[in-house]
Amino acid sequence: MSIELRNVTHTYSAGSAFQSTALRDVSLKIEDGEFVALVGHTGCGKSTLVQHLNGLLKPTSGQVLVDGEDLNGANVNRRELRQRVGLVFQYPEYQLFEETVAKDIAFGPRNQGLPEDEIDARVRRAMAHVHLDYGKYAGRSPFELSGGQMRRAAIAGVLAMEPSTLILDEPTAGLDPHGRDRILGMLQELHRDGTTIVMVSHSMDDVAKLATRVIVMDTGTVLLSGTPREVFAQREAMDKAGLGVPAAARLCAALRERGVKLPSELYTPDELREAILRLWKEGQPC
Amino acid sequence: MLNNITIGQYYPVKSCIHDLDPRVKILLTIALIVAVFLVHSAIGYALVLGFLYLTCRLAHVPFRMLLKGLKPLRWILVLTFVLNLFFAADGDILLQWQFITIRKQGLLNALHYSLRLLFLVMGTSLLTLTTSPIQLSDGMEMLMSPLKVIHFPAHELAMMMSIALRFIPTLMDETDKIMKAQMARGADFESGNLIARAKAMVPLLVPLFVSAFRRAGDLAMAMEARCYHGGEGRTRLRVLKLGRGDLWASLAVAGLIGLIIVEGIVLPGGLW
Repeated sequence: MSIELRNVTHTYSAGSAFQSTALRDVSLKIEDGEFVALVGHTGCGKSTLVQHLNGLLKPTSGQVLVDGEDLNGANVNRRELRQRVGLVFQYPEYQLFEETVAKDIAFGPRNQGLPEDEIDARVRRAMAHVHLDYGKYAGRSPFELSGGQMRRAAIAGVLAMEPSTLILDEPTAGLDPHGRDRILGMLQELHRDGTTIVMVSHSMDDVAKLATRVIVMDTGTVLLSGTPREVFAQREAMDKAGLGVPAAARLCAALRERGVKLPSELYTPDELREAILRLWKEGQPC
Repeated sequence: MLNNITIGQYYPVKSCIHDLDPRVKILLTIALIVAVFLVHSAIGYALVLGFLYLTCRLAHVPFRMLLKGLKPLRWILVLTFVLNLFFAADGDILLQWQFITIRKQGLLNALHYSLRLLFLVMGTSLLTLTTSPIQLSDGMEMLMSPLKVIHFPAHELAMMMSIALRFIPTLMDETDKIMKAQMARGADFESGNLIARAKAMVPLLVPLFVSAFRRAGDLAMAMEARCYHGGEGRTRLRVLKLGRGDLWASLAVAGLIGLIIVEGIVLPGGLW
């Protein structure tokens, strides 16, 4: 399904001394099967934006359309919608509460009113998705797990609802490189299996590796939107937004400045390596 | 979702009321509360209300913020009014219907007590709206420091209070976030009977407690890392100093109390 934002503006505590506008006239569309990376410096409105995508926040003005239907219309079942658009908050491990990992993951499907055997099947599938061994972890208390495992258990809690679109707000924040790779690998698998993914991230390298489209936000508006290649080619705009570009793109630019004849739009380590090797074989100075 | 509680919430604008010394503000608030209990007439209440309104304007705080602070107390106000209304033993009978008797004394008591409660809450809300929690606990600590002689833990109490106040907004944000996270997993906090609703709170309360304990641990660690060891020998960044504004404010409240007393002597007519 597609999610579209039309001229969405969101103001917190409108009309008081605490008033602040987090989104200004944002329009964008997320198509089926995309892997969208949402980037921008802290406080640019990313978290506010993702909460609009499943109806947790209502726009102050503008519309959120899911499959062309206004999300805040009178006869839309927002609870049902939240099960189709799964949202994983920042530090989702802070939402764990049940006695066992399995029970916690079952919370979502149980709220959907599914039969017991289906719930059990979904818990097993979700745990397999996040690489938590069912036999080993299902009966444990979620509070006994390590940080990375807690994070994955919490993500499994959203996956168990089997949403067709999964939104994650900085899923790798505060994890060690190993935990980070596991989460990213898991997202890659989910995307390959047909789930639409929207990921908020601060790591341009992760974005370069995974995303099919990048949306750059700055002070509540959409600054750039396009394929990673298009977006990372705008190095100046990205630097100005306080984001920079992936390490490979920076290296490529530095080499070009020194006269190495590389194409300008390389942004992943693999393609940069290929290009350098090609130059080397051709006997060009490197 | 949870931003309709104003008690203990600071309203961050610049004004002459915000700039007053917190010690003076605390004492004047107490004086104002005492003054409210001296009032015996409608004119007196009008004076207090006028004073509160004027102070509110001077503080650049919208008056409805003050009224919003009353909302959580509406049932207590109603209860105070109703209980006093029906349970007066003597006085002229105004209305009698079956077992319900309303006497003049009851009506007067009901009005007095609920108005006093109303002004008491408004006065203290005005204090917390115009004084940051840090200033407030600084002021409290200094006002209570003479009691250290009898081993009263003034500093510890002030520190506890400022930490508690400091964490109200944090915990509110946290509650909001956890609520949303559980709603994203299909939790429903709004429908069902009492038992269903109480059960629905578990996914909210467990993570909230876990995070409160985690925060408390982190905070204790951070305080120790910065060599906190109680109030002994601690100096302050902002030394409280009385200014001209404090004098004016004290005079204003003294004037109000004077007016209330004079009005009580000159017009000893009761509420009407």
